[in-house]
Amino acid sequence: MRWLLVKDLQILRRSKLLVALLVLYPIAIALLIGLALSKGPDKPKVAFLNEVPVGQTVTNIGGKDVDFAGYAEQFFDAIDPVVVHSRQQARDKVEDGEALAALIIPANTVDRLNGGLGQAQVEVIYNGDALKQSFVQSTIDAELARANAKLSDTIRDVALQDLRVLQDGGPITTPLGSESLLGLHRAKQLVQQALAQLPEDHPARPGLEQVDNFANQALIGLEFATPALKAVSRPITVKRTLLEGSRTPLDDFAVALAIAVSLLFVAVLLASGVLALEREEQAYGRLVRVVSPALLLLEKILLAAACSALVALVMVCGIGAFTGVDWSRAGQWVIAAAAGGLGCSALGVAIGAVAREVRAASLLGLMLALPLAFLALVPSGAVAPGLYGVIRVVNAAFPFKPTLDALDAAINAASPGLLWPALHLVGLTLAYGALARLALRRFAA
Amino acid sequence: MITEARGVTKRFGARVALRGVSFGVSPGEKLAIIGPNGAGKTTLLSILAGILRPDEGEVSRPPREIGWVPQQPAVYRKLSVRENLRLFARLEKVGDPDAVVERMLEQTGLGDRAGDELGTLSGGNRQRVNIAVGLLADPPVLLLDEPSSSLDPRQRERLWAFVDDLARRQGTAVIFTTHNVAEADRWADRVLVLADGEVLFDGTPDGLRRAERSTDDTDEGGLRRSNEERTDFEGAFVRFLREQGH
Repeated sequence: MRWLLVKDLQILRRSKLLVALLVLYPIAIALLIGLALSKGPDKPKVAFLNEVPVGQTVTNIGGKDVDFAGYAEQFFDAIDPVVVHSRQQARDKVEDGEALAALIIPANTVDRLNGGLGQAQVEVIYNGDALKQSFVQSTIDAELARANAKLSDTIRDVALQDLRVLQDGGPITTPLGSESLLGLHRAKQLVQQALAQLPEDHPARPGLEQVDNFANQALIGLEFATPALKAVSRPITVKRTLLEGSRTPLDDFAVALAIAVSLLFVAVLLASGVLALEREEQAYGRLVRVVSPALLLLEKILLAAACSALVALVMVCGIGAFTGVDWSRAGQWVIAAAAGGLGCSALGVAIGAVAREVRAASLLGLMLALPLAFLALVPSGAVAPGLYGVIRVVNAAFPFKPTLDALDAAINAASPGLLWPALHLVGLTLAYGALARLALRRFAA
Repeated sequence: MITEARGVTKRFGARVALRGVSFGVSPGEKLAIIGPNGAGKTTLLSILAGILRPDEGEVSRPPREIGWVPQQPAVYRKLSVRENLRLFARLEKVGDPDAVVERMLEQTGLGDRAGDELGTLSGGNRQRVNIAVGLLADPPVLLLDEPSSSLDPRQRERLWAFVDDLARRQGTAVIFTTHNVAEADRWADRVLVLADGEVLFDGTPDGLRRAERSTDDTDEGGLRRSNEERTDFEGAFVRFLREQGH
């Protein structure tokens, strides 16, 4: 086997263009997929017109100053703003395609909020294709929802504070000025003191008893009002429970995915190519007179697995130099890359065994590898349950998904860990190796 | 006999490619297997070489002791002449591979091209390397599958001179297939005529002429053939096949 390995390495060394393509093409595809996954679209360019006069952006809600300019700054974090000074300018920017949308804050926004005259309303003008419209619309909606939530929090805090003053007494600010309130607790005490000093048949007694009863009912009612107000501010919160799948952040998962795609392509294309080369060079018949076909397959699998694992490890180290990877897990990277390389290379030799030429093997490899990579990314819920079940079976029958899981576990410590994907890959290696042996018997004789 | 095939039968599905083929060769003998396309010549050679297994029958000598030269050069274009020879010498586990390689380079006259990649060589030189690989283990029997089919007349002449020398000097038994019946007539000691997987004739080229002459001495129009026609081996071979119903 040593001399076969030496021979294949000599041939690869002299096929510089082929090797360069074999390494660079998968890496390019992997990086593109990784970028597409990890990096969302750029901030949408939005024309922004604030018609609220300068200096009038501050309103007082229950004695608390709220500056709406702060909301605008927060909004600017999510968009690329193009500040305009008139509605016409805003419309022109959108029509000319300089901005995907225009957001107009009408002059009466603060007054409407301040005066309690109803909801304030902002205006949005859209343009562009459906995808961009959808993107900019969701961005603006999300930012407005955040602003609304923040504003409602402020109003809730003011309301809660006023309720406390109503219960316990203290200073309160109204449009008419600041005053000190007695508070229901204190009022109830005073009424009960007065009732204690009055004779049973005093004519003022029934009225005072009604006031005492009212204070009592009001205090009980206000005890319920506080949690109710908090609930109105945040009616629904989220408790996250992961049943299945990776807990890896998207950026880290993109790293594992990019490496898995590279490994798959290098392993499949190299293994299928070097095996098909034996038949293209007419050397297969001569070789199997002196080495067994099983040994020949093993040599091809080991060669492609070593090369693809090497590419994968170089990529992890390369990415690790620029991002934060946990170098203490390097041992697990090697295991994951080796197991993935073996599984993908075994698939490659199965392809190479049915192809008579390197070009045919490469084409078959590409035709199979690309859909496999995309199938592994289909999330549950994106397709009908029956179809998703089929996709899971396909993913389990081919080595890409377990390779991705193994690398994700090795690099990002993702669940369910490295052991199961590695064992899965060993099983697939044996299965595809056997399939390749049968294919050689059928097609290469 | 240095090797023998006994009752070899090979089927591919329902099709019978070889039907009870038996023959043998002696040391230093050159045996040409001739026949029309699809006669089973390459299948027979592949069985002798151990690449295919017969469904029935046997070959007396194990494949490891038989040198095999396939029709297309089974060598690597990206490797040099020396690297190709060294690779197969090591795989065949010959003693002192480097010495054997140097001997083969000298024997095939490829010493001055030893460092050249196969892809840069002419078809004739590539075929010489192909044959050299088949001879690395110094086999007592050499199988050549249509060795001259891709060569020009001058290269063909050199090839057959080399093979003839190999048989005469080293006593190597050579079994070759060819479509060029004149080559079989000129270089073979014996011819084996194969058609539809059956042996129709096993004997010398002159024997084939006699066999054909003894059965029919008139041409297709019923006229008697001239002496020149009667000595033309290719014509005799074609008429022989026709007489046998092929």
